[in-house]
Amino acid sequence: MSDHKTMTLTLIVWRQKGPNAPGKFETYTAKGITEHHSFLEMLDVVNEDLIKSGKEPIVFDHDCREGICGMCSQVINGVPHGGQERTTVCQLHMRKFKDGDTIYIEPWRAKAFPIHKDLVVDRSAYDTIIQAGGYTSCHTGGVPDGNAVLIPKPDADYAMDAAECIGCGACAAACPNSSAMLFTSAKVAQLAALPQGKAEAAERVKNMLETMQECGFGNCSNHYECQAACPKGVNVKFIAKLNREYLKSLAS
Amino acid sequence: MQLLKSTVGRKILMAITGQLMVLFVIVHLLGNSTIFVGADWLNAYAKHLHDLGPFVWVFRLAMLTFFGVHVIFGTLLTLENSTANPQKYAVNNKLEATFSSENMIWTGLLMAAFVVYHLLHFTVRVTNPEISQGIDAVGRFNVYAMVTGSFQQGIIAFVYIGAMIALFLHLSHGVQSFFQTMGWNNACTRPVISTIGKVVAVILLVGYASIPLFIFTGILKG
Repeated sequence: MSDHKTMTLTLIVWRQKGPNAPGKFETYTAKGITEHHSFLEMLDVVNEDLIKSGKEPIVFDHDCREGICGMCSQVINGVPHGGQERTTVCQLHMRKFKDGDTIYIEPWRAKAFPIHKDLVVDRSAYDTIIQAGGYTSCHTGGVPDGNAVLIPKPDADYAMDAAECIGCGACAAACPNSSAMLFTSAKVAQLAALPQGKAEAAERVKNMLETMQECGFGNCSNHYECQAACPKGVNVKFIAKLNREYLKSLAS
Repeated sequence: MQLLKSTVGRKILMAITGQLMVLFVIVHLLGNSTIFVGADWLNAYAKHLHDLGPFVWVFRLAMLTFFGVHVIFGTLLTLENSTANPQKYAVNNKLEATFSSENMIWTGLLMAAFVVYHLLHFTVRVTNPEISQGIDAVGRFNVYAMVTGSFQQGIIAFVYIGAMIALFLHLSHGVQSFFQTMGWNNACTRPVISTIGKVVAVILLVGYASIPLFIFTGILKG
């Protein structure tokens, strides 16, 4: 590491002791950061310094650190996941920043995502939405014949694109209305495109939308901020699909 | 009833009423354009509309319903959205949202206030009685004199052009939003529909704003 040039950055980080505690921004200096550090590794370096000097480290969520778990709920300089296309915070590297930069780090902000501590938010509202219909009911029993249910390739691809969602919450965090419409629509569209999901499509869209509202998410007003912030490139065409599914459900 | 409670149901009601009002402003502009042909055409057009009798009131009630539904749900949705998003970010870098998409409520309320003034001005004719009660040579109500007399006054022309800018901002988001909400959209059509929406908004702005502009600058004589 020593042969790399290092950077010094100023971090302005949201610190909040607990769910009901008032939070505020604190300023830290990140020293000895190389361009190869990921954003989370940069925070690890800062936290080691904080621990050494007897201070409370910055609490942040992380799990896989390979861009697939969706835990790292950070808004960096006003954009969820930092604004690099199709990238989660853990896959954002410090080569995207330069020496002397000031970086704002905030947690997701939405009523439905309450803050646990510092940068950690409670994203279980998304689980509640999934529980309302993001599944297919199927009989267990004998293994069905692999070729019994044929799915055209375009349908399979479409469903797969929707299934790319990792439930990270960036869509609701980016939305000026804190709407979880992109997340909800991805699951509705994925299952509505497949024969296994079609049976419960009408009930699913109604229940998931109702639950989304009950969880405290806002209404979609087609800003498309969600699509731009999504680290998996989930497209707002799925929201149009959800709207079609909703119209169909009115007739059923 | 489900339509009134569901988030998407209310969006669909907003979209349909909004789009019906867009159709109205398109037809209204076509009618207004007769002013460029001459006083005779505009006055004849106005007389023709008034001669529709009870249909005028059926139409007015329908428009009032669309307007009411759109304004009530628009306000309700905006209030709900700000409840869902109580704490704003310290730094906020928007990637896709635009000035027009983020200010729908304000451009909308501005236009609502304008519509009230516009009706008092040209329909009820109470704001400028000195120029709004004339009769033309063949005994028709002289709309041409009323319009030109009004827009020769800078302040009135200014208010009308301002309202048309609000309309332009509202529709440059609203038209494409209708197609998305109705589900008549996919990844390929979205950019095309978005452009068409903006073109419609520009045409309406240019069309409507040209009337007070032409009159105020004296190109169209009273």
